[in-house]
Amino acid sequence: METKFLELKDTSKSFGKVSALDRVNFFIKGEPEIVALIGDNGAGKSTLIKIISGVHPPDSGEIHIQGEKVDHWSVAKARAVGIETVYQDRALVLQQTIARNIFMGRERTGVLGFVKGRSQLAEANRLMRTIGFTSKVFASDSVVAKLSGGERQGVAIARALYFQADLMILDEPTTALSLTESEKVFDFIRRAKESGTSCIFISHNIYHAYDVAERFVVLDRGKVVLETDRVHTTAEQLVKDMQEIARCNREGSA
Amino acid sequence: MAALERKPKSQGLSQEFTRPRRGITDFLDKNRRALSALLVFVILMLVFVIANPKVFLGTDIYEAVFASLPIRIVLVLPLVFVIVSGEIDLSFVSNMTLSLWAFAATAKAGWNPFLSALLAVSVGGFVGLINGLLVTRVGLPSLMTTLGMNFLLQGLAIGGAGTVGIPLTFLEGTPFYNTFVGRIGNLPAQMVWALVFLVVATLLFNYHKFGSHVCCVGDNPESSREMGIQTARVKTLAFVYVGMAAGIAGVLYGLIYGVFFARFKTGETMLAVLASAFIGGTPTWGGVGTMVGAFFGACTVRFIQTGVIEAGLTGFWTQFFNGLIILLALAAHKLHEPRYRY
Repeated sequence: METKFLELKDTSKSFGKVSALDRVNFFIKGEPEIVALIGDNGAGKSTLIKIISGVHPPDSGEIHIQGEKVDHWSVAKARAVGIETVYQDRALVLQQTIARNIFMGRERTGVLGFVKGRSQLAEANRLMRTIGFTSKVFASDSVVAKLSGGERQGVAIARALYFQADLMILDEPTTALSLTESEKVFDFIRRAKESGTSCIFISHNIYHAYDVAERFVVLDRGKVVLETDRVHTTAEQLVKDMQEIARCNREGSA
Repeated sequence: MAALERKPKSQGLSQEFTRPRRGITDFLDKNRRALSALLVFVILMLVFVIANPKVFLGTDIYEAVFASLPIRIVLVLPLVFVIVSGEIDLSFVSNMTLSLWAFAATAKAGWNPFLSALLAVSVGGFVGLINGLLVTRVGLPSLMTTLGMNFLLQGLAIGGAGTVGIPLTFLEGTPFYNTFVGRIGNLPAQMVWALVFLVVATLLFNYHKFGSHVCCVGDNPESSREMGIQTARVKTLAFVYVGMAAGIAGVLYGLIYGVFFARFKTGETMLAVLASAFIGGTPTWGGVGTMVGAFFGACTVRFIQTGVIEAGLTGFWTQFFNGLIILLALAAHKLHEPRYRY
């Protein structure tokens, strides 16, 4: 059996009396893959990715990285093993160049702390190419504010690649983006995968998710209720499954 | 906005992510703030030359202006760092007075003037450190904090030194004096130092990690923090930089005018330096700014004072033209520079 990059075993988390996650098992393969986390509001998607990125410590359960059990999981440890979160607000500085955004806080510096501008520009150009960002109008010395929402997300994704992320977590990367813009973002994600980075993303839109992800994990009220992949289901089937889950919920609570 | 060209899937990574260089257009676009500040200055000078060619094509007026202009330049460049970081400092002029007091008192007491100057820069830097800590660690708004600090330091200087000045004319002709405010031909040495200061500030702002962080922090502090920039440290350093510059400016003032006096025109200098920063093309909202622009901004404001009189108007019109130029310059910057919002 191949070694999984990440595995969560029997992971539970509650906030006060509210159980956010209940004995969840989740994994990311050793090979790069794109996984969509689907579920209604309050299903536990955000809690799950916050546990993976080290923001919340789980109440119980085990976290394995490359087959090894890790203790005292934290943001710093997650980053150290190559898990990068692309924040929903994208953590960009709009009036600065693409290159400065990619390197902010981790500049390439030479003598006396002077920034190696050319080397940063070249690397930024390479990263933007890697995720498939091509443009006749923009280059890495262009200001981010001039980019569209999807393109800005691209800058954040390129930055995660620079940090040599093995796993990139995107929390609703296409919120507030138009269809074509969302398409761009998915293209960036596909490219990131081609270059060797796995990706977990949260989406409300099943059609979107089906478009880009290979595996789907459906959460409902803190439990994984469905795990499937593109080979075994269609977008329509997935929608039906979701409706079924919602129906069961209504009947269950009625 | 031009749409991004999406690449057909079949094409690999070979496609370049570079746009064709447009040479001069690129240069204009990247330096538009500095260039428009230069333009304002050039137009102003043209008007003055036309109004009074005899004076403005001679060298005397430039010698006179270049004697005191360096003080403004030394003050405005670090101030732009603070403004770009999203804060403001209104205490630099009284900090200058305090630092000069430290310089004058110790130099008069027989200290080596180089050592006294070092003390002045340390005093200035220390005040900047306190400003920075009050703003970043205690969380006070910089506008009010530094305004309060301005009164505090001014009061300290007046209360401590009284209205009796300390003459510094005894320094004239010493190696210290000649190094900093002597003459190189007809050019006041302090102007050369101001240009050195401009080069250092430009290197820091455009090419150093510190300048990069200042821009990021002023642009969006939350994003900067998330990406691991120590925002409090960056802002504090910017305040220290202004403070140290106030120390340098204080010593220059003492040497140029030959006296320390606790009650000099605090308000006027402060407003002139602030105006220089904004006329120089640095916007008020943080994240972006320009050193070269601030340099020309300082030139513009300084030349208005002399130019209005030389152009044949009475000195009473100086403030009017100062105001007019500020408004025109801000309108000009606004035209080509939309503010990006989050």
